[in-house]
Amino acid sequence: MRKVRNGYLIAAIIGCFWAFTIAVIIAVLMSFSTGESFRPSFLVSFLQGIATGLTTLFYRNKPILSVGLAVISIIFCSLGFGSILIDETVSFSTQAFASVLFAIFTAWPLIIILNSLSPGDVDKHDFEDAVIKFLTGFGYIFFTTIVVIPFYVMLMTSLKNQQELLQNPLDFSIDLSKGMNLFRSYFELFGQFGFGSYLWTSFYVSVITVVITLAFSIPGAYAVARLRFKGRTAFGRSVLVIYMVPMIVLALPIYIAFSMTGLRNTVTGIVMIYPVTTIPVALYMLQGYFRGLPYEVEEAGLMDGLSRRAVIWKITLPLALPAIASVSLYVFMIAWNEFLLAFMLLDDPSKFTLTRGVSSLNSSEVPRQHLMAGAVIATLPIMVIFLSLERFMTNGLTAGSVKG
Amino acid sequence: MTPSVPPTGNGPLGKREARLAWLLLFPTIISVSIVVLLPLIAIFWISFKPIGLEDLRPPETVVREQLLGRPSADGDVATIRYRLRNSSQKKPVEDVTLSDTLPDGLVIVSLDERCVLNGLVFVCTLGDFEGGQRETVEVTVTVGRIFLDSSINLSDTPAVVTGTSENILTNSEFTLENFVRFFNGQEFWSVLFATLFYTIVGTIGAVVVGLFAALLLNNDFKGKGLIRGLYLFPYVAPVIAVAFSWVTLLDPFSGSLNALLVQMRVVESPINFFGQRPLALIMVTIFEIWRYFPLSFLFILARMQSIDTDMYEAADIDGASPFQKFWYLSLPMLLGILSVLFLLRFIWTFNKFDDIFLLTGGSAGTRTLTVNVYEQAFAISNIGAGAAVAVVIFGFLLAFSIFFLKFISREEGL
Repeated sequence: MRKVRNGYLIAAIIGCFWAFTIAVIIAVLMSFSTGESFRPSFLVSFLQGIATGLTTLFYRNKPILSVGLAVISIIFCSLGFGSILIDETVSFSTQAFASVLFAIFTAWPLIIILNSLSPGDVDKHDFEDAVIKFLTGFGYIFFTTIVVIPFYVMLMTSLKNQQELLQNPLDFSIDLSKGMNLFRSYFELFGQFGFGSYLWTSFYVSVITVVITLAFSIPGAYAVARLRFKGRTAFGRSVLVIYMVPMIVLALPIYIAFSMTGLRNTVTGIVMIYPVTTIPVALYMLQGYFRGLPYEVEEAGLMDGLSRRAVIWKITLPLALPAIASVSLYVFMIAWNEFLLAFMLLDDPSKFTLTRGVSSLNSSEVPRQHLMAGAVIATLPIMVIFLSLERFMTNGLTAGSVKG
Repeated sequence: MTPSVPPTGNGPLGKREARLAWLLLFPTIISVSIVVLLPLIAIFWISFKPIGLEDLRPPETVVREQLLGRPSADGDVATIRYRLRNSSQKKPVEDVTLSDTLPDGLVIVSLDERCVLNGLVFVCTLGDFEGGQRETVEVTVTVGRIFLDSSINLSDTPAVVTGTSENILTNSEFTLENFVRFFNGQEFWSVLFATLFYTIVGTIGAVVVGLFAALLLNNDFKGKGLIRGLYLFPYVAPVIAVAFSWVTLLDPFSGSLNALLVQMRVVESPINFFGQRPLALIMVTIFEIWRYFPLSFLFILARMQSIDTDMYEAADIDGASPFQKFWYLSLPMLLGILSVLFLLRFIWTFNKFDDIFLLTGGSAGTRTLTVNVYEQAFAISNIGAGAAVAVVIFGFLLAFSIFFLKFISREEGL
């Protein structure tokens, strides 16, 4: 093991992996943003990475090293074997730009990553330190890429037209000269496909779901958390089990029952069924919160002559307000994103919820950009709510997210 | 003096408390039993029934009424023809009767021999209809001025048909065929394999990837909240949106990823990610990992931040390296949450339907048990078979839940 911890070797290995990662990422980024044909060169980026890695052992000035690597990269590039290869059609300035990006994002972080290493043998701590820093950097790039790309593709596809999409699927650059024409798919969705009404249906269905869920689950959760009665544990457990019954198992009988009673294809039916799917989870989340509240306050209230209902209304609920906000957001999210029941129970376009509306766009007759625009419309509101109320939402997710 | 002992049994106060508790729980219990327990019983019932989608509507006789002879003047003779048809091709309808009131101005001349005139109403007794049987009843009338002048149509006084038929849902016909066919079918093993692969690999993948993401975000830095929010996107976004973006991204003809791979010379020709046999299953599993790693990372991160830092300081003084700290301190502390997470995710992944349904529709070897329920019930229109699969799923689920509850009561004292 001692030989592995040689500073030169580690610096070279980490250097080449890092440089290669950066080369790939820059090639992908440049392809996606310009539509030109970029690809990384395995060999050149490896060699440049090794060289940079070894250099950092002796010389650690970030700007100078970056500029140095940039100059070398541009020279390599003009000779025809840059770390990021491109077709002849691409202009030299774009090539140079890619090379400079590559140089900066290779050299600068590498100096930080390999900070702890020194020429010759290094001890275990410094070695692991370098490896962890490399993995951290790699992890951020990896996770950000895999999370962002599908959403980026979704957004950009919705701004294109059929012809552009077929011509070059990689070209996600936005042609600003088109002006409002960029949003043509959205105008068509709201104009011809009735997405305005879907949006409204989804919104009020979700809000009603939240209200009904809270009305049912707050008293229930309070009973489970605070009151002593026979079968309390059994009840708490059966809530968990019921919560795990897959929707598809229930959807079939519900479909049959709704077909027979004429509730299929009505928003009333949807509003009747959604809260019941969320009550168990809301109850489970809320009883956890209620248990965490100090009971002494409630006891004091009882001693002072408040009735149980008044205690719940005047003491417990105000104290649990943040928790209720979290639960409401979580339930809203479940109802907004619900797909299966809406898909099975709604056939009439005038009653579609947003998710059902988007799924109706998934046919060969409707162009791709419409589908993606529909996806954006469905995603955007939930994202806005999520980002603006991130703290509540994260709490809600952590507490209740036994659910998928 | 007797030694003082705590009171046993339920005092009046205790009883009142219990009563209040049940009162508060009452709405939840009622609604949940209606929407969860009743359907569960129903699904067991249906799974033993030879029932298809078309049997949901019990067979009945439908009638069409037509005025023949184009009467134009007072006193013209015309014929009203009633065409009756059994809506079901297989099931009989018994004791069919037809009755109709004729509008003013029509006077009955002659009736079909099966019919009796009763004032203004005539009633025909038509006996039993076999599956798909058709009958015609004709009534000859003279047309009066009142009818011709008024704008009355024959359909304004619709003919009434009655008949009794057996409803397959409620009769006492039971069969085990749904189960036999499912377990004997060729697809049984492939469905089971797809389910197990998707569930096990998907769950482990989501937990492990989530662990890495949590390790990444366990440092404090500027913009951490933003990154954490960003990494939650896959889970928070509607499944329908992300599934369709994946399909668009991975499309073999116009997908960006294929274009990218071809351009980078990684592959020769575009790959059909969701259409090839082993690859489709791997891709839906990767999608599952992608979509649910945020959840595990959120859980693990919350647990990580509650670990006491003293321990790490002690380890630092003892000279432990970062890897040693992770392996000997963090991991044992996280083991509890990891196993709870694994079990929960296992159950939920097992139950997952939307994702695979939207990505592949269950083709190319990605048909899991849940997708199979839909396939059987709606694509093949065999509700009984779908219900049988649902019962099998429920059996699995019950086994998992018992295991989980045993485990979680040890872990969390619930």
